[in-house]
Amino acid sequence: MAEVHLWGALRPIVGGALSVSVEAKNIRELFKVLAEQYPAFEPHLQRGIAVSINGKIYRDTWDQALPPDAEIYLLPRIPGG
Amino acid sequence: MPLDTNFTNQKFKQVGTRPLRPDGVDKVTGRAKYGADYNAPGQLIALVLRSPHAHAKIKKIDTSKAEKLPGVKAIITSADLPDLTGGDRGMRDMLENCMARKKVLYDGHAVAAVAAIDQTTARKALKLIQVDYEILPHVTDVDEALKPSAPVIHNDIFTEGVEPKPTKPSNNNKRASFGHGDIAQGFKDADIIVEHTYKTEQTHQGYIEPHACVANVSPDGQGELWVCTQGHFVYRNQCAALLGMDISKLRVTASEIGGGFGGKTHIWAEPLALALSRKANRPVKLTMSREEVFRCSGPTSSTSIDMKIGAKRDGTITAAHGVLRYHGGAFPATWAEFGAMTAFACYDLKNVKSESIEVIVNRPKTAAYRAPSAPMAAFAVESAVDELAKKIGMDPVELRIKNAAKQGTQSSYGPVYGPIGIGATLEAAKNHPHMKAPLGKNQGRGMACGFWFNFGGQTCADLNVTPDGTVTLAVGTIDVGGSRASIGLMAAEELGIPYENVRVVVADTSSLGHNDMTDGSRGTFSTGLATIAAARNAIKVLCARAAKMWDIPEDAVIWEDGHAKPAGTNAGNFPPLSIKEIAAAAGNTGGPIAGHNELVADGAGVSFATHICDIEVDPETGRSTVKRYTVIQDAGKAIHPSYVEGQYQGGAAQGIGWALNEEYIYGKDGRLQNAGFLDYRIPVCSDLPFIDTMILEIPNPNHPYGVRGVGETSIVPPLAAIANAMSNAVGVRMTHIPMSPPRVLKAISNRKH
Repeated sequence: MAEVHLWGALRPIVGGALSVSVEAKNIRELFKVLAEQYPAFEPHLQRGIAVSINGKIYRDTWDQALPPDAEIYLLPRIPGG
Repeated sequence: MPLDTNFTNQKFKQVGTRPLRPDGVDKVTGRAKYGADYNAPGQLIALVLRSPHAHAKIKKIDTSKAEKLPGVKAIITSADLPDLTGGDRGMRDMLENCMARKKVLYDGHAVAAVAAIDQTTARKALKLIQVDYEILPHVTDVDEALKPSAPVIHNDIFTEGVEPKPTKPSNNNKRASFGHGDIAQGFKDADIIVEHTYKTEQTHQGYIEPHACVANVSPDGQGELWVCTQGHFVYRNQCAALLGMDISKLRVTASEIGGGFGGKTHIWAEPLALALSRKANRPVKLTMSREEVFRCSGPTSSTSIDMKIGAKRDGTITAAHGVLRYHGGAFPATWAEFGAMTAFACYDLKNVKSESIEVIVNRPKTAAYRAPSAPMAAFAVESAVDELAKKIGMDPVELRIKNAAKQGTQSSYGPVYGPIGIGATLEAAKNHPHMKAPLGKNQGRGMACGFWFNFGGQTCADLNVTPDGTVTLAVGTIDVGGSRASIGLMAAEELGIPYENVRVVVADTSSLGHNDMTDGSRGTFSTGLATIAAARNAIKVLCARAAKMWDIPEDAVIWEDGHAKPAGTNAGNFPPLSIKEIAAAAGNTGGPIAGHNELVADGAGVSFATHICDIEVDPETGRSTVKRYTVIQDAGKAIHPSYVEGQYQGGAAQGIGWALNEEYIYGKDGRLQNAGFLDYRIPVCSDLPFIDTMILEIPNPNHPYGVRGVGETSIVPPLAAIANAMSNAVGVRMTHIPMSPPRVLKAISNRKH
């Protein structure tokens, strides 16, 4: 079970909680489960969410495993200049 | 293929040297082809009719007179660009920004476009198009737009990120927050608190080359686009989607680029050129004027930021709180959110909160600008931190060192940091000779820190060994700052051949798989990763071919210094085979020799910088002159140090312009007053001192050579560094950027009275 921390814009979707517990083995599964449990995640996922796993930010590697007890943060997918 | 990232104490033969860039001769001799340098036989010239109003309903567009003008071959309005976006709000906004639909949303918004046999005819045609507008109230100021009395620009925008969801539309499309701890308690624990509202005005990236393209769409549905862009694959995908074309049918070739800095990551006029070409059945050239670039491409946000930071008398920051309001122009965006993410990232804070408020105004659609959103946030934070140091009576560098984030710090945006370089840049600043140099009359010294994320993205590279053993390398990221040289160095390093034997080209979209844009400081990082992997794949092939030539097993061959060698005495006693010899024999050992790679380059690693600035202020006129400027930044590993230094200097120069002079000025009528370089003043060489640089190399553990992106972070600290220098020079704390002479003079005058 991964503890997934949310930034402020996502918290209203889960009733204001700072984080949610999700059973997922990798980023792909994490997004799938979040969209199933909280349909309001869908537009955010479509716009793009990055996932920080133990401090390393993944934007595209959805196969990336979520190790047990990993520190996981969902973050906006930032643009660049 | 997983890359070996064991870079520790790696010895390089070519990486870290400073050869000439492959595009250098063409650029200094005028041979290089930029966007407007392309021409196609029979091409038409396109011009765009733009709204003179900041906000208005389009009641009717009558193009009939213009259509009858001899020489006019096609006219388009939004009717020629049906909405094919399938409910995708981002794409729909992009379409509407390219061509207004029911309303014009800003001064300069396109309403129609003409393709004619020449510019004179096209200009005449524009004058014959009649647009019937119903003028609506407008708002161009970021704070005014949030007031209940402000005209609501989109009636389908309801603030996202708040509960309960609003029932009334507004100009605030989103709110978000980041942080941890208890800021209320943190401020209670503080001995000293600094609190101000800071404002920054809208600036343009100021690239010298205006947007330009030539579009050519055939009746069979195939199309070509030659264009100046930071991302030709992304332009291809977006244009094809908006025009209902198969992506594979549109081939996009990127020109050399005369600056982008984020402003060429969005499509603006390219879909119009393609639609005109499709309608006229002729190639169409569309080049924006400088005025159009200012009025209707994508400048950055203007901002308004409430900043509050508290500290103990020993300099320990106990709490930090920022509320950041950024506008996205006339469309919903999330620029404030990125500002909120970066604002406090340099510091190790127990109690921190940054809140973002996104605002919609009647200005052009905001685009990314080098480390988008970070410079404005850093201006507020670093100004407040500096004032805090003054109030405490502590050296501002020491205060920052005391509170600097380090490995293991929980960042203000959430995750815990790995190895990072903020502390090292601060220590380097503290010990830099610049900090001890004497200052003259009316001169002051300031310093500030900055942070940017960097990222990687989808990337591929295609390396081919030619029959004479030299190498061609096709990449998909636009070279905005010397990346072809850096990528060539990495290929040469891996293959063990001279840099001069590698030719790097930016391939068109039909020659290579999809590549994301050159943004996020990703060019050298991500295409470098793909290149290293492609070269290693080619080396495997080279070794296999040598094995055939020697008739020994493939795994009995190793690659060293550009040669295949037997792995040991048991493999046989053969003299090394050079890449030239293996390439010459390729036709009889299996055919062409190549190495490819496709990857998503996650793990770019965050970046930090510290800047030091000396300015002199003329108290009679308020004019400021930058006397000395030093950039200290972590590059991870500088592949080509000259181009790393160039990025540091370029970012600082742009930041200096932003800090001191650059500003979009809108009249009460909502029209832009200064759409040209005479009235919108970017710094030229004579305005700037030599910008000194110091490259730190704290390797990124996610890259085989330790590379981090370097392109953007250098624009983050200048606004605050200069404001802090101004405070030390003439004793005025400027909270409004730009610190233009009239504003500074007013502040000096207010202080005296």
